[in-house]
Amino acid sequence: MRPNLTRRAALASALALPAIGRAQGAALKIGMITTLSGPAGYLGADIRDGFMLAMPDGTLGGRPVQVVVEDDGLKPAQAKQTANRFFKTDGIRLFTGIVFSNVLEAVAPDLLDDGGIYVSPNAGPSSLAGKNCHANYYVVSWQNDTLHESAGQNANLLGHKKMFVLAPNYPAGKDAITGFKRFFKGEIVGETYTRLDQTDFAPEMANIRAANPDAVFQFHPGGLGIAFIRQYQQAGLVGKIPMVLAAPSLDNVILGAVGASALGMDVSSHWNSDFDNAANKKFVAAFVVKYNRLPTAYASQSYDTALAIGAALQGAGANAADPAAFRKAMLPANFQSVRGKFRFGPNQHPIQDWFGLRVEKAADGKLALVTKGKILSDHGDVYSRQCKL
Amino acid sequence: MTLLLEQLLNGLQYGATLFLLAAGLTLVFGIMGLINLAHGSFYMIGAFVAAKLQIVTGSFLLAVGGGMAAAAAVGMLVEATILRRLYARDHLDQVLATFGLILFFNEAVSMAFGRQPLMTGIPDFLSGAVTIIPGVPYPVYRLAIIGVGGAVALGLYGLIVHTRIGMLVRAGATHREMVRALGVRIGLLYTVVFGLGALLAGLAGALVGPLLAVQVGMGDRVLISTFVVIVIGGIGSVRGALAGALLVGMVDTLTRAFLPALLRLVLQSSDADSIGAGLSSMAAMILMAAVLIVRPRGLFPAHG
Repeated sequence: MRPNLTRRAALASALALPAIGRAQGAALKIGMITTLSGPAGYLGADIRDGFMLAMPDGTLGGRPVQVVVEDDGLKPAQAKQTANRFFKTDGIRLFTGIVFSNVLEAVAPDLLDDGGIYVSPNAGPSSLAGKNCHANYYVVSWQNDTLHESAGQNANLLGHKKMFVLAPNYPAGKDAITGFKRFFKGEIVGETYTRLDQTDFAPEMANIRAANPDAVFQFHPGGLGIAFIRQYQQAGLVGKIPMVLAAPSLDNVILGAVGASALGMDVSSHWNSDFDNAANKKFVAAFVVKYNRLPTAYASQSYDTALAIGAALQGAGANAADPAAFRKAMLPANFQSVRGKFRFGPNQHPIQDWFGLRVEKAADGKLALVTKGKILSDHGDVYSRQCKL
Repeated sequence: MTLLLEQLLNGLQYGATLFLLAAGLTLVFGIMGLINLAHGSFYMIGAFVAAKLQIVTGSFLLAVGGGMAAAAAVGMLVEATILRRLYARDHLDQVLATFGLILFFNEAVSMAFGRQPLMTGIPDFLSGAVTIIPGVPYPVYRLAIIGVGGAVALGLYGLIVHTRIGMLVRAGATHREMVRALGVRIGLLYTVVFGLGALLAGLAGALVGPLLAVQVGMGDRVLISTFVVIVIGGIGSVRGALAGALLVGMVDTLTRAFLPALLRLVLQSSDADSIGAGLSSMAAMILMAAVLIVRPRGLFPAHG
């Protein structure tokens, strides 16, 4: 029996060896759950495309990577099912891609408790930034409030005293109004929560006209923002009451859809396509060549996310599967952000600069977001104090 | 005061849109006894076909006509091939089958038109605003929607009360067997009525396209409001659909516009705003419950 046993052992090791070899060379799977359908579908498309742009040869940080993309349809339950399937069936441990805070709030807690890693290219809800921060949860984009704190500061700088504020009734909408009010020093003459699936804003337009504020601050990402600004124009408010917006309420896609209605609107952002640094120039040029359209901030954030993951994978080397080793390599943020300066704060959310942009007519007659000046420097978020990591 | 008047106009406009949807739904339910969850799909089809036609041809009138025709054609096809088999079965089977149709149409439309919403503009002859209330310019396009809603209401009244088809429709609703015994092809009548309902839904979709984003699933949400309308109005009654649509349009718009401000008188500002937003989305349902307590068969019960 002995030779037989040896033979069997030899056979087993012969089968096993290439298997191990394959495992080492196999691509690391990254689960990307994002919103690709509906009026906000272009947000997810830009996140997907920005991420892919950072890995033209299929590697991140020198490791072969396979990105598995799935649409969440802006439905938290659907995203959660996908995350479960990715985690349990496909064995994926590294996740990214979620656009909307309500979707992220449904997916992230269980994912992190089970030992997964999440790197956010967009949503940064307050609920996960403070007490409930997590060692394996990183946000490369921004904490939600900070987007709108910059808009509040921008409204101060522009000299607006009376503001009317609107946002959808969901976590990021509440973060938006909280953030704006935290920095805006004037008076709020109207505050309205719209529905996240609302497409007709006629009653809100009438209320804005009646309140007659110095300016309107509204946060309506994606298709909502397009409908809002178009109806603002139809109601005859464009040119009468200026708008002060955060980046997601007026990106290059919304600008293309609403056209001249947006001329002169003020936007605050951490990134713009005209930023004058080498990394950004390379990113914008490559994006335009590959996809034949201008990138949005979503694409830039997701490109940065891919670079950050790449840096972490490279730093952690063979131990990348170990969340602690991944974290150690991730936190120094050892990559060249397209925004310029970038570092992680104590709650693993960004500390970064914010800039004022304005919609102007470029030399070629097209409308463009033009960077005007810095609004906030090295700006972190207020929740980081409550985070104990 | 001008604000209240303007919000009343907004409510009227929303009510007019809801009426276009509810008129068809209530006729189908009242006359054929069919619960048609796929009614919102005709609205979506009308909106998509109209938006596409407007983008391609640039003609708004052609677009609206095309949207209505497409919705009516799809409606009659669905009636003749699928729904006809369901009249005799119980409501649960109908709900199941027409829910399946919603999924089918959502998927079919995203395959045909893509997942991205279509954007169209308001035609030049309806763009701009007129000052009908002093100091408040109101968009001409929204006034036009109110006008179309009113015209359809008058047209349906004339059709049902003063024409032979209308007489058959009324008779078919209450005495189906008798109408058949008199030699009327009731099947054809049903198809025509169903097509008319789909046509009106398509008209609603085509009209709201330039205001809202035309997107897959746009019919699903509005369907819930439409059912609330016909339950409030009394199932099967076009008059009820009109009353219900105007009520729901007004209540929804006015609570959205004024409830947070009213609550702010008694509550802290941030609480008032979020509670107000929540309550105003429930307002139509609360209205329906209240109406059903007082009049369990709706405001204008069709028969019996």
